[in-house]
Amino acid sequence: MINVKDVTKTYIMGSIELQVLKGISLDIEEGNFVSIIGPSGSGKSTLMNILGCLDIPSTGEYYLDGKEISTYNESQLAKIRNEKIGFIFQKFNLLPKLTAYENVELPLIYRGVKTKERKERTISALDSVGLSNRFHHKPTELSGGQQQRVAIARALVGAPPILLADEPTGNLDSKSGEEVMNIIQKLNRQGKTIILITHDNEIAKQAGRIISIKDGLLTNEVVKQ
Amino acid sequence: MNIKNTVKMAFKSIFANKMRTFLTMLGIIIGVFSVIVLVSLGQGTTASVTESIESMGSNIINVTITDKSKTFDYDDAMEIENLEGVMQVTPTVTSNVTAKYGLENINVNAEGVNENYLEINNFELGYGRFISPIDVDYRNKVAVLGTDTAEDLFGKIDPIGEQISLNGEKYTVIGVLESKEDSVYGSNNEKIVIPVITAMRQMKTNTISSITVQAESSEMSDVAVENLKDYLFDIFEDEDSYFVFNQADLLSTIDEVTGMLTLMLGGIAAISLVVGGIGIMNIMLVTVSERTREIGIRKAIGAQRRDILIQFLIESSVISCFGGIIGIIFGIVVNNLISSLMDIKAVMNIQVILLAFGFSLGVGIFFGMYPANKASKLKPVDALRYE
Repeated sequence: MINVKDVTKTYIMGSIELQVLKGISLDIEEGNFVSIIGPSGSGKSTLMNILGCLDIPSTGEYYLDGKEISTYNESQLAKIRNEKIGFIFQKFNLLPKLTAYENVELPLIYRGVKTKERKERTISALDSVGLSNRFHHKPTELSGGQQQRVAIARALVGAPPILLADEPTGNLDSKSGEEVMNIIQKLNRQGKTIILITHDNEIAKQAGRIISIKDGLLTNEVVKQ
Repeated sequence: MNIKNTVKMAFKSIFANKMRTFLTMLGIIIGVFSVIVLVSLGQGTTASVTESIESMGSNIINVTITDKSKTFDYDDAMEIENLEGVMQVTPTVTSNVTAKYGLENINVNAEGVNENYLEINNFELGYGRFISPIDVDYRNKVAVLGTDTAEDLFGKIDPIGEQISLNGEKYTVIGVLESKEDSVYGSNNEKIVIPVITAMRQMKTNTISSITVQAESSEMSDVAVENLKDYLFDIFEDEDSYFVFNQADLLSTIDEVTGMLTLMLGGIAAISLVVGGIGIMNIMLVTVSERTREIGIRKAIGAQRRDILIQFLIESSVISCFGGIIGIIFGIVVNNLISSLMDIKAVMNIQVILLAFGFSLGVGIFFGMYPANKASKLKPVDALRYE
């Protein structure tokens, strides 16, 4: 489903060229649960941005469902993000002025889904993360764990095949973190492809594949049976 | 994304920052308000000036003789009536006299005129009778009073048939004019009208310096003016000795001046509207940089450039649109207040209101374009990283 070949990413800051990714090749099959682990500065966030179509590689190829997307323009990438990828961020990234319901509804609005269908899907997404009684709360009125569950509902509502989670438990206490990981595990069992980025070994171990990244290169891969 | 949802979202973020939105709107409110009030006042002034000149008749020609060295007597003046295009003529000699009745003693303008005076100037006689041709020919000492003058001298007594003295000479009051609004040339109710030749004798002059000529029609007034100039040139042999003034010319000159004035006032008000627009742009730029992260999130979950652009454009348009509506309401209220409290008419027409509203909306869209475009161009990765 995801095929990355010799991807590099170079940032130019003034006269300095900084190569963050130095040639990464990676295949992820549908339904996989993959952890990408590495220390800060290893390039894992850059890799996630590229996998999530938020950024494009400097060189190399990226095939998503067999389509080369490193040549896509901004508008095509926005469409891919909307339909194929759900994001879960460390800082939740909910819109503070919208209610939980409105936050979850947003991806469907951008997709142009009709009001009635939008309502049904938004409600069922919030139900599936156990927030049926928090529809009209703003993010500030919710606990960290609840906010992250709203973010998961928002990632799920468009029914994308891939979920990208960037340190999803990084800002949570251990109990909420566990709840969030349980939801992610459950989603994987339901068939979602999960890519989890973390620097925490304990979290990473919950995945079927653990890929280590250091200084812009993949260094080690463990596959659990 | 459909427009309904975008508008809903725009309202949400506008109402999230009420004070800031109101202050931004204030620029547009003041701009639209001043356009409407100033243009309405300008048009009102134009209308009332035009009206007061038109009430004197647009077929009236005023002749002033400036050369006192040559004699221009009553017969010379009445000769004008024989010119082509001219309907009738009244000469006017004016002087300030002391009028006395009993113990009452007032200073008032005395006008020496002939029997055509009423019709030419659109005056009506209140009661009694007006100066007749015989009064002029026989130099009768008779007087017609303006309403205010009649009241000043006689109070509630009927003045008809009473004797008054003007600079010591006895005159018999034969009539009183009907009250009329004051014209640009002065009061119409405070004066005494006497036969022209009687007046000339009293003033010890045999020259007439002012003649009011009525042309057969507005269309004929140009012909009459030409003939008048030829006639006067024959007598004085110098163009600088007399001055012929056409009421229609005056009207068009005044129209031009007041039109310019209205345009200028509107222009000044429009500048304030543009300043208001710059205020919108300023705030929208602040908003965009404040909401960089929000833009990043929206883009991450699939917002297209177009969606972001429209969102911010609608926000600026809604601000200017509401500012415009509030400005119009204020403008209408203040116009009505001015019309009712002061003696100025504010003429409001729908074109001015629509123009001001359209202009304010245009300002909102124009000045919102740059910030909205800036927002839509943000890269999702950079925007998400923004703290």
